[in-house]
Amino acid sequence: MEITSPRFKQNAREALADPQLQKAMGNVRSGFIDKRQAAVEALPEFDALRDNARAIKDHALSNLDLYLEAYEAKVRAAGGFVHWAETAEDARTVILDICRAAGARTVTKGKSMITEEIGLNEFFEKNGVKPVETDLGEYIIQLRGEHPSHIIAPAVHLNKEQVEADFRRVHDHLPASRDLSEPEALLGEARRVLRAAYFDADVGITGANFLVAETGSSIIVTNEGNGDLTQILPKVHIVLASLEKIVPTLEDAAQILRVLARSATGQDMSVYTTVSTGPRRLDDPDGPEEYHVVLLDNGRSSMLGTEFQDMLRCIRCGACMNHCPVYHEIGGHAYGWVYPGPMGAVLTPALIGVDKAGHLPNASTFCGRCEAVCPMRIPLPKMMRHWREREFERGLNPATARGGLKLWAFFAKRPWLYRLTTSMAIPVLSLFGGRKGRFRFLPLAGGWTRHRDLPAPESRTFMQQWRGREALKQETGGKQGAAR
Amino acid sequence: MSGREAILGKVRKSLGGGPNDAARMVAVEARLAKAPKGVIPERGQLDEKARRKLFVAMAERVSATVRQVKSYDDVPKAVAEYLRSRNLPAAIRVGADKRLAKMPWATQKALSIKHGASDGDDEAGVSHAFGAIAESGTLALTSGGDNPTTINFLPEHHIVVLDAKDVAGDMETVLAKVRRQFGKGEMPRTLNFITGPSRSGDIEQKLLLGAHGPRALHIIMVGG
Ligand code: SF4
Repeated sequence: MEITSPRFKQNAREALADPQLQKAMGNVRSGFIDKRQAAVEALPEFDALRDNARAIKDHALSNLDLYLEAYEAKVRAAGGFVHWAETAEDARTVILDICRAAGARTVTKGKSMITEEIGLNEFFEKNGVKPVETDLGEYIIQLRGEHPSHIIAPAVHLNKEQVEADFRRVHDHLPASRDLSEPEALLGEARRVLRAAYFDADVGITGANFLVAETGSSIIVTNEGNGDLTQILPKVHIVLASLEKIVPTLEDAAQILRVLARSATGQDMSVYTTVSTGPRRLDDPDGPEEYHVVLLDNGRSSMLGTEFQDMLRCIRCGACMNHCPVYHEIGGHAYGWVYPGPMGAVLTPALIGVDKAGHLPNASTFCGRCEAVCPMRIPLPKMMRHWREREFERGLNPATARGGLKLWAFFAKRPWLYRLTTSMAIPVLSLFGGRKGRFRFLPLAGGWTRHRDLPAPESRTFMQQWRGREALKQETGGKQGAAR
Repeated sequence: MSGREAILGKVRKSLGGGPNDAARMVAVEARLAKAPKGVIPERGQLDEKARRKLFVAMAERVSATVRQVKSYDDVPKAVAEYLRSRNLPAAIRVGADKRLAKMPWATQKALSIKHGASDGDDEAGVSHAFGAIAESGTLALTSGGDNPTTINFLPEHHIVVLDAKDVAGDMETVLAKVRRQFGKGEMPRTLNFITGPSRSGDIEQKLLLGAHGPRALHIIMVGG
């Protein structure tokens, strides 16, 4: 996919001016937050589970080489194949080879952000293989030639009228007079169309939420059941997963599952949690004849042992973006690549380079909500700051951000001036300058003081600070040398 | 294998490689061997009766329907009644599960029964659960000729027979049973945890039942 992260500010501006998007984003603002809160409150052990989930992943990451070897041995013992892919290109090549060997013309796909990361659909199309997305949201955006705007709700940026128009355009074998005005009708139509695709497919590709070293199993978590139909009906099942999906045991997966669905959608458990091990057995009347796992590195191994290692705990629940005021305003596409929101702001520079994604770590108000809700306790704001520091060191960051960061360092030593700097360090905020009243989680608003790094100075409104921004920039310009 | 060596080499290098490997190996082997349980929520830690009650309540909360019957002999009638109540044809798909096979299906003369994996044309399928989890209202099913996995996903209505004795408090108890039955570190091809009927919220975040899997999940709990 084309990377538009370098145009982040332009993307954000366009998003703010897009009425369809703004309407759709209302569903994020209102939908996810309360559901998560209710599910968390109903489980007194939630925070203890988070601590344990973090400990499990930290342990797995510290011993990743050993667990990968143990996992591989178990997959093979169960009759499966493991393929190691250092880069996106390696992964695409090995997947295409498996598909060619199976004589595949059509491939069904369960929802997988990793296949987005390696640009698998475009690659398939170039090579004469037809990929069919089966998750409803993924299917919709595939029809539109778009990419997911949210890691668990890929079509969250769309309204039902847009989906109806796409279905009428693409499903042109169906009577034009049919009623598609309600989501129920749209879902029913997608279900019927995709049913045929599951049976036509020669290969099914899924991602994995977990890879279990103890048993050589891959685990997927879905609500629709599309991932299951994708993997049990075709002759060949390919699992594409990145290295850090490894957990030691089934019990470890069970711990993390308890925080995953609650953080993602506010469910205690997603509808389908499926543990798959190897190909069909002798007495199995269904299931794939071949089972392949493609283990993707694509930059993860270089994050290990750095200040970004914590990001590898991410279980892709989406809570950080669901609670992010910047994401609420601009949606996922503005981030310009696969991973949006706070997790994307940290992960994207690591995977595609800070030279391309240097704007993203600035897309933060430092309200701290992402870290507060992250089930894996990933210090997202701190890591965004790491990126800004690195970016600054390399002199790669755009002029405004550079100015902002110098101010940051300058005022970090002068807390009473700190409040004035927040709007400077965060150029994206200035985009919203005229949109007073839309911020529920601005820095300086209630919950912020709990999570920020510096003491809160006396009160001035955000808007006052913002207006004073230009003047301040000039005042401090001459002292910037000290910040290096 | 070059990709493999390159990746493992990079991982080792990033982790600081080498000297503590023996200690790490011991820790990893111990964890794989012992599979420690972690935090088990109180919610499901109940006596048998309360646990079953919780299971029913949790399953209903996620839009499954539950019917309790006294014995396996009552199941065929309960199945037929369910089909009638939903205006479905009197036809089901089942696998070779012995507990299901032993039931008095002949008492339901109108009911036609197809055996084996689902071909996608079945309105209703019947499976026997491996176990269940009270904490979350979840069913556990294992693949194989007894209960083909396709029956869990292709029919519009999935009817699951559950022995009340198999209702556990938590997932860990079900996992321990998987180990006992299949062997430590061994698994059936597919272990499905199913919590309610299929659903999607992908259009305007409106939750709709019946996405790609069954529209309805009906649980017949035997005994208890
Ligand atoms: S960073 Fe945390 S909150 Fe965000 S997707 Fe990952 S695990 Fe979820």
